[in-house]
Amino acid sequence: MIARILAVFYARNLEFVRDRGTLSWNIMFPVVVLFGLNFVFSTGEQNQFKIGVLTDNPVVNEIDHPFMDIRYINKIQIVDQDAGLESVRRHKLDMLIDLDEPVARYWINEESPSGYIVEKILLQSSGEGFIKGVVQGKNIRYVEWLLPGVLGMNLMFGCLFGVGYVIVRYRKNGFLKRLKATPLHAIEFIVAQVLSRLILAISMAIFIYVGASYILETRMEGSYFLLLLIGILGAISLISMGLLIASRVSSEELAGGLLNLMTWPMMTLSGVFFSLEGSPQWIQNFANVFPLTHTLTAARAVMIDGATILDISYELSVLVATSIIFMIAGALLFKWQSD
Amino acid sequence: MNNAADRIPTILEVQGLRKEYPGVRAVDGISFLVKQGTCFGLLGPNGAGKTTAIEIIEGITESDGGSILYKNRPLDRDFQKETGIQFQTTALQEFLTVKETLLLFHRLYPNPANFDEIVEECSLQNLLSRDNRKLSGGQRQRLLVAIALVNQPELLFMDEPTTGLDPQARRNFWDMVEKIKLRNTTLILTTHYMEEADFLCDEIAIMDKGKIIAHGEPKQLIAQHFKEVVLELPENEVANHEFTLPFEYQFKYGYLEIYTKDIATTLNLLKEQNISVDKLKIRQFNLEDLFLKLTGSELRS
Repeated sequence: MIARILAVFYARNLEFVRDRGTLSWNIMFPVVVLFGLNFVFSTGEQNQFKIGVLTDNPVVNEIDHPFMDIRYINKIQIVDQDAGLESVRRHKLDMLIDLDEPVARYWINEESPSGYIVEKILLQSSGEGFIKGVVQGKNIRYVEWLLPGVLGMNLMFGCLFGVGYVIVRYRKNGFLKRLKATPLHAIEFIVAQVLSRLILAISMAIFIYVGASYILETRMEGSYFLLLLIGILGAISLISMGLLIASRVSSEELAGGLLNLMTWPMMTLSGVFFSLEGSPQWIQNFANVFPLTHTLTAARAVMIDGATILDISYELSVLVATSIIFMIAGALLFKWQSD
Repeated sequence: MNNAADRIPTILEVQGLRKEYPGVRAVDGISFLVKQGTCFGLLGPNGAGKTTAIEIIEGITESDGGSILYKNRPLDRDFQKETGIQFQTTALQEFLTVKETLLLFHRLYPNPANFDEIVEECSLQNLLSRDNRKLSGGQRQRLLVAIALVNQPELLFMDEPTTGLDPQARRNFWDMVEKIKLRNTTLILTTHYMEEADFLCDEIAIMDKGKIIAHGEPKQLIAQHFKEVVLELPENEVANHEFTLPFEYQFKYGYLEIYTKDIATTLNLLKEQNISVDKLKIRQFNLEDLFLKLTGSELRS
């Protein structure tokens, strides 16, 4: 069994490494995205801001204050001041403001370009004085919050499309049918594909992480081993999801559609580029069905907060469970050939 | 079959095999036996049901009915280990060389054949470092046969192996198959080339519309159905002549074909009617003629 898995694993690796176009794209794409986004966000060209308003009134726009009338600023009710401050520190909010005090107070993250702009808008919108608060703890740069998202996005695309399309292509062109005529079992083929893609995806992620850390001097508060473990479990879960999606499909067009159906919600809801802070609770709950959400939550906790394995045990458990469920379902549903 | 052939053990027995797809009965109750060490040909036009039948026997496609016995027992895991398959169309992994591709399949079997021997048998020595995608049609077919041989199969399936090959490549391929036959490997071959079946097969079954319409040794089958020979005369040799012949004849592919048992009389009759016989050719009936007679349609139509 091991020999058969290794044979398929080795052949798939050779195929990938020699496909120069695909290999280059896999390396270049996340690098371009990382530097592009860092440039965009560090130059403060965002035209929409998100602020937290400390208030018991759930309809924050009813609060009578000139600042609350300014458009293109998303105002979110915050009840707990400490949680609000943590959100500012993590760039989930650009500012926290408390208008109920006799003298209004606000807090921004000094590292946040958006916070800087919102502060200027606030001070110009009202003549009355404000007390400026300092966010406690080491400030987090946006790129540090972004880096796990870019790594996760790279994992997601590489794992889902890299496996899904390949399986569908193999099925469509009859290569899987040829393998069916050998003693190879479906689960052996699947394990070989998972291992092959896992090695490639993690290698790419390490390459990007090391490059970004060196160039952008991003922080790492936690354990590298733990971050690697998160990457491995996240990748296995996403690869297994790709295998499940591709388990019966014979059309590349349909596979593309189904894979997009999975990647786009994850891109927007799993916290790759933006936090879901302020979104309806049901959306935040829904985002938890995606492995990428748990991968990014755990990665940010380790990289930014120095979380331990116990702190992220829930996320790791979800990734293990989804990996097992997706892989078994994929093996059971797997078809070697088209109808 | 003669008495010596009757003593050869049966390796495969197919009984009442059926397969239907919506609106079409692809395989309609076919039965046949394959003797060990022989080459059995399934002959028929495109769409006759050959590939469906062979893929059911290979265990790739499920049947709707019928039975298959390999060495007098139903198909099991051993069947897969003891058989080799060359599919009609097989894509291989891209960016791999011939050697790497062959090694991939070589490693999937518990007791593979000697790697170098397969390479030599299929004349792949000079192609081992070549990218799969850069093989010619004939070279690619030789690689596919090599893959089918990696487990030292007792029974080898070949589904239209020479379709699309030029005559030289086809002839080279036949030579390779002849070498495989020499080591007592049983072959089941599908083809729509009658000359291929004639050259390689010890026994054939002609399929049409999912059924076997004739079954036996090629020469025996032809002898059963035809007592005459064919005289072929270019059509332009008789274009301006009115003639009558007491034999069956027809115009086909630019030739007048006359079917006769009595060549001398036929030649005299033609000469008497001032028809030149300088370009006349005599040939035996072949499997294509047999198929035409049995079905009323061309083998390659």
